[in-house]
Amino acid sequence: MNKYITAYYLDEEKLLKGLKQVKTKGVRVADVLSPFPVHGIDKVLGLRRSRLTRVAFAGGAIGAIVGFGFQTWVFTSAYPINFGGKPFFAAPSFIPVTFETTVLFAAFSMVIAFFVVSKLGPGNKPVIHDERVTDDRFLVIVDIPENSSKEEINEIEKALHDAGAEGINYKA
Amino acid sequence: MYVSPIREPLIRGNKDYSQVTKDILAPMAGTPSKYWYMGIALALSAALFGAWATYVTLFTGIGSWGLNKTIGWGWDITNFVWWVGIGHAGTFISAILLLFRQRWRTSINRSAEAMTLIAIACAGFFPLIHMGRLALAFFIFPYPNTRALWVNFNSPLLWDVFAISTYFAVSLIFWYVGLIPDIGTVRDKATTKIKKAIYGFLSFGWTGSAKHWSRHETVSLILAGLAAPLVLSVHTIVSFDFATSVIPGWHTTIFPPYFVSGAVFSGFAMVLTLLIVTRKALNLEQYITVNHIESMNKIIILTGSIVGIAYLTEFFIAWYSGNEYEMFTFVNRAFGPYAWAYWIMMTCNVITPQLFWFKKIRRNIVLTFIISIFVNIGMWFERFVIVVSSLHRDYLPSSWSMYTPSVVEVGLFVGTLGLFFTLFLLFIRVFPVIAIAEVKSVLKTSGENKNHSEHE
Repeated sequence: MNKYITAYYLDEEKLLKGLKQVKTKGVRVADVLSPFPVHGIDKVLGLRRSRLTRVAFAGGAIGAIVGFGFQTWVFTSAYPINFGGKPFFAAPSFIPVTFETTVLFAAFSMVIAFFVVSKLGPGNKPVIHDERVTDDRFLVIVDIPENSSKEEINEIEKALHDAGAEGINYKA
Repeated sequence: MYVSPIREPLIRGNKDYSQVTKDILAPMAGTPSKYWYMGIALALSAALFGAWATYVTLFTGIGSWGLNKTIGWGWDITNFVWWVGIGHAGTFISAILLLFRQRWRTSINRSAEAMTLIAIACAGFFPLIHMGRLALAFFIFPYPNTRALWVNFNSPLLWDVFAISTYFAVSLIFWYVGLIPDIGTVRDKATTKIKKAIYGFLSFGWTGSAKHWSRHETVSLILAGLAAPLVLSVHTIVSFDFATSVIPGWHTTIFPPYFVSGAVFSGFAMVLTLLIVTRKALNLEQYITVNHIESMNKIIILTGSIVGIAYLTEFFIAWYSGNEYEMFTFVNRAFGPYAWAYWIMMTCNVITPQLFWFKKIRRNIVLTFIISIFVNIGMWFERFVIVVSSLHRDYLPSSWSMYTPSVVEVGLFVGTLGLFFTLFLLFIRVFPVIAIAEVKSVLKTSGENKNHSEHE
């Protein structure tokens, strides 16, 4: 595990202000753990917009093709049956099932992708830095380069302190 | 985000984040109160009655019900449609109100979604047992079999299978994805080792990382976008079960919108019934405020009025179409042997919700509770009227008949009610009933403390 410093804020507005301030001093913030989504933090941390929407679109498209294609195959080639004189390829009556498979595939593919890329899953044991992160603390994690000197570390700690962070903790 | 100063705060009391956690987790801690035990004892005895009725139905057959050759759908389908309708509020609240940025939903969406899942499970039970041979229920799914036969994709009954199972599955993941951060909170606040291990397992290793939150928000938004048309599709397809048939009284094109608004109407009524008791019992009055109840009452009056207009439109079209069979069915509904059911429906669904035009009544908790019960009853009778009164007098007067449910059918209905309340009572002990993270995210803009500090 790398060396890092943790520090926390008790207010999301102070957190955002503090993060912007330490960023100008060249402190590299690796992650922020928060009890709820803080709006505007993506920009400060330089997070890209999630591409999970594309997974949902692809999943939905596959669902639509599978749903419609399967019904077409069943009624036109696998086992065509005449239902009340309707055409075998009765496209309008395939729509409800096609809609449902579209939604089902889109939703499940996106949620599964979310768990996979976030490395979340049943039984996953994360490092819990601070148990109050899911309560009322906004924890800032600052990565420290391998060969940093004592002064450099002190400088980062000072920058965090000046930016209003509390509980500054160096972990090696 | 700017919030008008005249807007009422959504969360009462001067609270900070840790107070919110504490308040919402409080009902899960310690031993349950004696009211909880009384409630679950009552619910379990009702469920036991249902288990007996299920046993009788499975071992002696559908003959133990009061159905006859003329009336092939009775309480079973009535209950099915009623439960599916109730299952519409949760996903409506969390999906459609999310897209409309209604922040008052944050206090009620979690429990409403749980209620939806339980209601859908109760609903699904009825078509299954209606088949008579439960062991062969898997025939409704298209699976490869030795007869090389597939299901009929032209049939609305088959669409129902897809609609309801998709709705259940998508609602379940929507609910669970929203629950994960809160399970993380429960894990970190747990006092015993076993609790920590169980909630740790269920939390999927949630840490609250900024990257995860960003993805979580994207996923919630897209799921809401997917679930919104899904909610509307489910009752639309249920209404197709009736609308695509050729029975007068069922064969109408207004059924889809009429069923959907009826579903949201009954769903909100059930949410009100449950939450008015829950907020009191769990001391969550500062989170689920009178303001929330008023907002829900406004949706009740909107959807209730749509339902009322639909009833009148049906009657008008029965006359205006010049179709004597349609006209006969409607006159028979309102003045025939089942007129009592029709007038109960009209009173409960059309008249009582109109009382909500008065602000005093809208904000009165006791009256709201009573009216919500009326709506639940009215909506059950709506389905009964549609199912039974359309069937009992068909084209051939010699086959006209009446229908009385047997004690077994009553048992099945009471049993699902018991199951519903049992599972809901377990839910409030096992998971936080309010979305903690979501409430915290609106606390600053919509909490009481914020409004004071800014505008005094």
